[in-house]
Amino acid sequence: MGITVQIPTALRRHTAGVSTIACAATNLGELFSVLDEKFPDLKPHLRDEAGQVRRFLNIYVNEEDIRFLGGPGYSFQDGDEVLLVPSIAGGTSSSS
Amino acid sequence: MAHYELRCRECGRSWGNQPRSICDECFSPLEVTYDYDWIRYLLGEGSIDQQRSSREHIAKRPPNMWRYAELLPLPAGFEPPLPIGFTPLLQAPRLAARLAGTNDAKTAAHNLYLKNDAVCLPTLSFKDRVVAVALAQTHAFGFDTVACSSTGNLANAVAAHAARLGLKAWIFIPSDLEPAKILGTQVFGANVVRIAGNYDQVNRLCSQIAEDRHWGFVNVNLRPYYAEGSKTVGFEIAEQLGWRLPDNVVVPMAGGSLIVKIKKAFEELTKLGLVEEKPVKFFGAQATGCSPISTAVKTGSAEVEPQKPATIARSLAIGNPADGHYAIKAIKHSGGWSEDVSDPEVIDSIRLLAETEGIFAETAGGVTVGTAGKLYRQDRILPEETTVLCITGNGLKTTDVLAGVYEMERPIAPKLAEFENYLEQSVDGAEVAREAARAVGV
Repeated sequence: MGITVQIPTALRRHTAGVSTIACAATNLGELFSVLDEKFPDLKPHLRDEAGQVRRFLNIYVNEEDIRFLGGPGYSFQDGDEVLLVPSIAGGTSSSS
Repeated sequence: MAHYELRCRECGRSWGNQPRSICDECFSPLEVTYDYDWIRYLLGEGSIDQQRSSREHIAKRPPNMWRYAELLPLPAGFEPPLPIGFTPLLQAPRLAARLAGTNDAKTAAHNLYLKNDAVCLPTLSFKDRVVAVALAQTHAFGFDTVACSSTGNLANAVAAHAARLGLKAWIFIPSDLEPAKILGTQVFGANVVRIAGNYDQVNRLCSQIAEDRHWGFVNVNLRPYYAEGSKTVGFEIAEQLGWRLPDNVVVPMAGGSLIVKIKKAFEELTKLGLVEEKPVKFFGAQATGCSPISTAVKTGSAEVEPQKPATIARSLAIGNPADGHYAIKAIKHSGGWSEDVSDPEVIDSIRLLAETEGIFAETAGGVTVGTAGKLYRQDRILPEETTVLCITGNGLKTTDVLAGVYEMERPIAPKLAEFENYLEQSVDGAEVAREAARAVGV
């Protein structure tokens, strides 16, 4: 059982430039634990204080948004490719 | 030194001006912020009646969106390559009568307006505005190639503006786009890459491509600048209403950026004293087959749940809207609402708008008009309130959805008797014939 995880450029300064890792995580929670251990500086950029995936981070498994696969409940399959992709949003109201 | 810069909307870090849309510190989106004191000085020139002076200053300029240059992120010495925007704001009395119902027809007729970007040049959609602002930065950022992910209108706009500026263009689209939108991109000499997937998959791919290539992706690394172009719709609505804000605005939503930026435009005009402060309700319009934002508003959620799009309104078919969170916030804070309409309702509404006001809108326009009808029926929009519907694209680009709606008539011989016979056979024609007979006393 093994998956690969692609780290986007915007986060690589927290991974010492590492762009891809391989691991044996079986679900999203385990994947975050692996990333926390390997790259402690990355943790606050992936999840908020309540432990939820940050609003502007999209997670794809083999090109499919993980939310369509069951989100945190999805069990990774051997060979899955996980992509972390920033959500591109265009700003907001100046007064809010 | 520019009077604007990128700032992270969450942590507030300044990023100067560069092709970037994400804060490396907190991963949140960047937004263009301005030195409003400087803008006030530029427009008001220190006069005693600053409001009057600022309005007159703008009014003297050519009728296009560049008249609001101080409120856009444009590089020093920028010379607009094309006059864009300042599209008509039209009263819509016959449409109002149909949407508001017979009892309120007269009142609504005076108060319903259409902001008609179906005639925005050069490519007949509001996307010309955002692309023009984004590409203003290409020289400063050293890009000779521009790109985008698109549901069609943006593809047309990027391709056309790139041709005008002598830039190379790479356009990434879902493979099932309307033929007219694909052709209307290819004709400008752009490289068109059709992706076997939906817009959200195309957009994700572009985010990855943008990391490795020095290309100006208007809706990825140039997105903060690009999005500012949408404000010009709001500036124009206010100026064309006589420097006042409407009570309600109904805006079609795909990524959700336009509704957020019209709100920002109204706030900026208020801040600068160009309009009187007043509450404006923002109403979002989506197709039921792709309604992540309206679903969130209607269920009281602050966040979008992504959807798989299934609608003929392909220009709005974004299942994971980038600005969804902010659009929900803008709608809720304003006291507005969001609705969605089925594909048959979209077609009926395209026809209604065309038949009542002579405007042929694309499917997104059908979504907006259909939604407005629902909002009137729900009493969320009242006939006595000034209401603006944003028509964002031209129906000539989406004629395929009307295939089968109209039958091709059997040709008749070029003889008067044939025509008289034809008139008798058609219901409308029979009425015309009877009227003609009455007119000559038969």
